[in-house]
Amino acid sequence: MAPKDSFALGGGDFPATRWSVVAAVRSADSNERSRALDALCAAYWKPVYKYIRLKYSKKPEEAQDLTQGLFIELLERDLLSRFEPGKSRLRTYIRLCTDSFVLNEIKHAGRQKRGGDSVHFALDFPAVEGELSAQTIDPASIPSPERFEEFFEREWIRSLFSAAIDDLKELCAARDKQSAFALFESYDLSEDEHLSYTELAAAHKITASDVTNQLAWARREFRLLAQERLRAICATEEEFVREAKILFGGDR
Amino acid sequence: MRFLNDKTLEKLRSAGAVPDLSGTRYTLVEFLARGGMGAVYIAEDQSLKRRVALKVLETEDPEGTLAGRLLREARVLVQLEHPGIVPVHDAGTLADGRVFYVMKFVEGAQLDQFLANVPVLSERLRLFLRICEAVSFAHSRGILHRDLKPANIMVGAFGEVLVMDWGLAKILDPRWSGNSNRDENETRFASKPEPGANNQNTQATGATGDGIVMGTPGYMSPEQASGQIASLDVRSDIFSLGKLLEFMTARQAASRTGKLPRALRAICEKAAATNPSDRYATVSALADDISRFLDGQPVSAYRENLLERTQRFYYRYQAAILLILMYLAMRVMFVLYPRH
Repeated sequence: MAPKDSFALGGGDFPATRWSVVAAVRSADSNERSRALDALCAAYWKPVYKYIRLKYSKKPEEAQDLTQGLFIELLERDLLSRFEPGKSRLRTYIRLCTDSFVLNEIKHAGRQKRGGDSVHFALDFPAVEGELSAQTIDPASIPSPERFEEFFEREWIRSLFSAAIDDLKELCAARDKQSAFALFESYDLSEDEHLSYTELAAAHKITASDVTNQLAWARREFRLLAQERLRAICATEEEFVREAKILFGGDR
Repeated sequence: MRFLNDKTLEKLRSAGAVPDLSGTRYTLVEFLARGGMGAVYIAEDQSLKRRVALKVLETEDPEGTLAGRLLREARVLVQLEHPGIVPVHDAGTLADGRVFYVMKFVEGAQLDQFLANVPVLSERLRLFLRICEAVSFAHSRGILHRDLKPANIMVGAFGEVLVMDWGLAKILDPRWSGNSNRDENETRFASKPEPGANNQNTQATGATGDGIVMGTPGYMSPEQASGQIASLDVRSDIFSLGKLLEFMTARQAASRTGKLPRALRAICEKAAATNPSDRYATVSALADDISRFLDGQPVSAYRENLLERTQRFYYRYQAAILLILMYLAMRVMFVLYPRH
């Protein structure tokens, strides 16, 4: 895959420099900081929202306010500048910031919301609420208190993979490889575990070896796109390697 | 943005992890195992129509640090042609950018699993001797393993013993290393202690001294755990072998007698002594002591008292002593009850 000059994460284009988001959050340029926060928000708002909804049993409206409030707080109080990459992962830091923010808001319930109307993130909360309803339709699937960390990690992966799939779809469209995406969708995004390459080839009117090659290409690009998104929200190479292992490797 | 349910999420994680073997002569068969640095898959070599084990990095590695380490492992293995060390057939970079190498596919069990079916102490010790042979050979080529533990020993279907995972190997003698770099600054910590490990020395989590901690808690030597990488020598592996011996004989220790024979315990203690100068100087010396123990001879690690020496003499020549005693008893009978 040719290297991209820029890629969109959340709000707008963001320079594809290494460790761009975390580095840019500390930038002296407020515009760059704001764009970095948009990128961070794109990666984390869903996990944060679901985490607040379930861990603190907040109603949808309250959880929406708290989610928006957290990202405004991160921007206004410049909390990410306190993040020390050597000490923890960014993911852990954001989860801890969420806990601290929510507990503080509960303590000072009723005070005026921060940021007024000056900053607003356009987040599709109703869609996430739909996801959450589907996820928690079985009460046994609601995480126990000691498993919220694991829940946050899983939601973070879900959010990152969903975004990478959108990236893959765009890439396939740009390279006229919609058939590869269609195969990826039919095979890797399907719940059908018994579907064979031969059946897939018949359904798409191509040969089984074409299925093998196109699926291999799509998976490779998906992996690279997911890693690209991951790299943008990691602070160091070590953190990236560790997190990539969680995404695709054995540290589950 | 689509919602991915848990099942699809797991499917994607697996699909994303699968190595892209297009452009190689290998086809993927199935996932085999996962280690600290990479994952191992069973693949089929289409040219030779045989199964091989393919080790591939788990992550993209733009800095090349991990890739360098994996290739270095392959090059180390190529230097070590020995029946007790898994042979490497091929190495390269996959279409997805990940470095891989191909080695012999060993059908068998990890040592800890294999030992479950080996209750006899002498058989376990003979197995240990074969591990010593492979490690001793590597030492003769100037290479330390640095991560000897049950999970890194495979026992094949025909009883062959193979020392695996040379990813942390340290090259002492550059003559045998090709153009591999020394690795004082490389780092890897196994994620969890191994079964049977004495975890007293598992708490070393940071770099001290002149290097960074590498190895598996419970099996790595104190000098390795404290990061003194530059000063490591064969005695560091001997410490790990001592711990491995403890693990391999633990079942005996827990059996009817409740403890190991003193001589064997002394061998374990000497091999895994905290101070390197108190350990065996070479793996051969350790193996010699085990062989002497198996033959019922005195071992260098333990000074016996007269009673123990007599006992050992009796056990060693038990059959002959019993025959002589029977013969003497018969002679006495003849003397006391002579034929009329």
